[in-house]
Amino acid sequence: MNKVDLSVKIAGIDFKNPLIMASGTYGFGKEYSEYVDLNELGGISVKGLTLKERKGNPPPRIAETPAGILNSVGLQNPGVDAFIKDDLPFLKQYKTKIIANIAGNTIEEYCEMAEILGSSEIDAIELNVSCPNVKAGCLAFGTTPKGIEEITSNVKKYCKQPLIVKLTPNVSDIKSIAMAAEAAGADCISLINTILGLAIDIHKKRPILANNFGGMSGPAVKPIALRMVYEAAQAVKIPVIGMGGISTSDDAIEFLLAGASAVMVGTANFVNPLCPIEIKEGIEQYLKRYNYNSIYDIIGKLELN
Amino acid sequence: MSKVLKEQIDNMEMLCQDVFKMTIKSEYVAANALPGQFVNVKCGGIDALLRRPISICDVDKAKNTFDIVFQIKGNGTEKLCHKCAGDVDIMAPLGNPFLIDDKYKNICVVGGGIGTFPLLYLLKSSKAENKTALLGFRTKAAVVLENQFRAAAQNVEIATDDGTYGSKAFVTDLLEQRILELSKLGQKLDLIYTCGPTPMMRKVAAIAEKNNIACQVSMEQRMGCGIGACLVCACKTKQGEDEWGFSHVCKDGPVFWSTDVCWE
Repeated sequence: MNKVDLSVKIAGIDFKNPLIMASGTYGFGKEYSEYVDLNELGGISVKGLTLKERKGNPPPRIAETPAGILNSVGLQNPGVDAFIKDDLPFLKQYKTKIIANIAGNTIEEYCEMAEILGSSEIDAIELNVSCPNVKAGCLAFGTTPKGIEEITSNVKKYCKQPLIVKLTPNVSDIKSIAMAAEAAGADCISLINTILGLAIDIHKKRPILANNFGGMSGPAVKPIALRMVYEAAQAVKIPVIGMGGISTSDDAIEFLLAGASAVMVGTANFVNPLCPIEIKEGIEQYLKRYNYNSIYDIIGKLELN
Repeated sequence: MSKVLKEQIDNMEMLCQDVFKMTIKSEYVAANALPGQFVNVKCGGIDALLRRPISICDVDKAKNTFDIVFQIKGNGTEKLCHKCAGDVDIMAPLGNPFLIDDKYKNICVVGGGIGTFPLLYLLKSSKAENKTALLGFRTKAAVVLENQFRAAAQNVEIATDDGTYGSKAFVTDLLEQRILELSKLGQKLDLIYTCGPTPMMRKVAAIAEKNNIACQVSMEQRMGCGIGACLVCACKTKQGEDEWGFSHVCKDGPVFWSTDVCWE
């Protein structure tokens, strides 16, 4: 039987396969490299970076919920310069695409980070305007079309690499947000970031998370993510990267059918570090089963009833 | 280095109400696990999504087995306690272990409740000349593994909160007594290891510092990945002079020097 082609081109970047590790779940790749050959991955979106080091939120930072988790890490990271100096060289040993996820308090901070990253070896920038766990900025930019448009158009001016805008599901109309990102010059959109949630310790009568609310991810969010990815993909011409609760190849194929050109895997890595490899193999088998040669044969091929 | 492994359950035993000892056959873990390290166990089912970190209680290198002892606390451990045979999906061994060094000749472990379990393998692995175990439990019915501790240490003292077994005291009281007794003999503990509820460990750390004794603590926090990538299991630690930051219990810990932890 013919070998199927899993490679996909997004915003001018050639990904060897559509499996990208989701920001915030994969650190800077080092920990998972003990379990997975990172060369096998399409790409890695690194832990969200800020201009200066951030300590993050106090613990507990995680609560388990039915078929999911809530987290409120609060963007703990060493800062963009330290990332480029200390962490990027490790990642660049591997033949996988590196996406720098950036977050800030002000538009100026985002622009400055984009400029700094312009002279680094990263392959793309992912604009994080959707983190629900920090007090200032970030999510505030991502919840209105006007906010998205303003930040995207400004940051785009400083970008030397393709710009992916990561969208929050915590909005009433994802289509208008996606269209605003496209109009402002985004090369790609990725979604969904986590859904704002709450878990309560009934004995203490307090939230489990020290930060009270957190971002929900895991299998429980998949149907919501899938619907939003479908809507966004219908609304824009730029490529869409889909994520939210993907833990099996069937999950990933659903997102591809709904219109995603690639998928991100996050929470599932915690449970099974080998899942990206298993998902990749599962997609391959699916393509072979239906006599497809390429991943493009299934992207956006969902037919509504 | 840790691995994702599917290993066979060798035995399952209830030690007391809600506390279970699972013996797992694993050449790799038996050969590589160090005291204080843990395994991240898949309990199964989508409603217990995350793996559960459980400390290694004992290792039998001859039989290629190791023991984990856990208490039913929720969904995951409830599922795990029903697994009596077949395989179990683990990531192991994980975390920063206790320091074992011949220069510490007189050591003492201070454990509270389920925090006593990782201290057993530590005592068995240590070649210290004088080993003391001070163990605290809620009540007589919760006292487990006493014989194993007696076989692994010269001095074992037990305290219960309600006085139904051993001394009616806090285990930290036993520690202070022990330090006092030794000082009367002109002796001193070289290293204290502790694991248990945070208020207990905070007290142990304070006693150690007051008496100028080195102390290692095994911290607990809700974990995500278990390998240092997701950064959820934060523990406030001192980093440089007047500086602090969040270390992570799964990778930087669970074992820290007590003086590195910011006790709040």
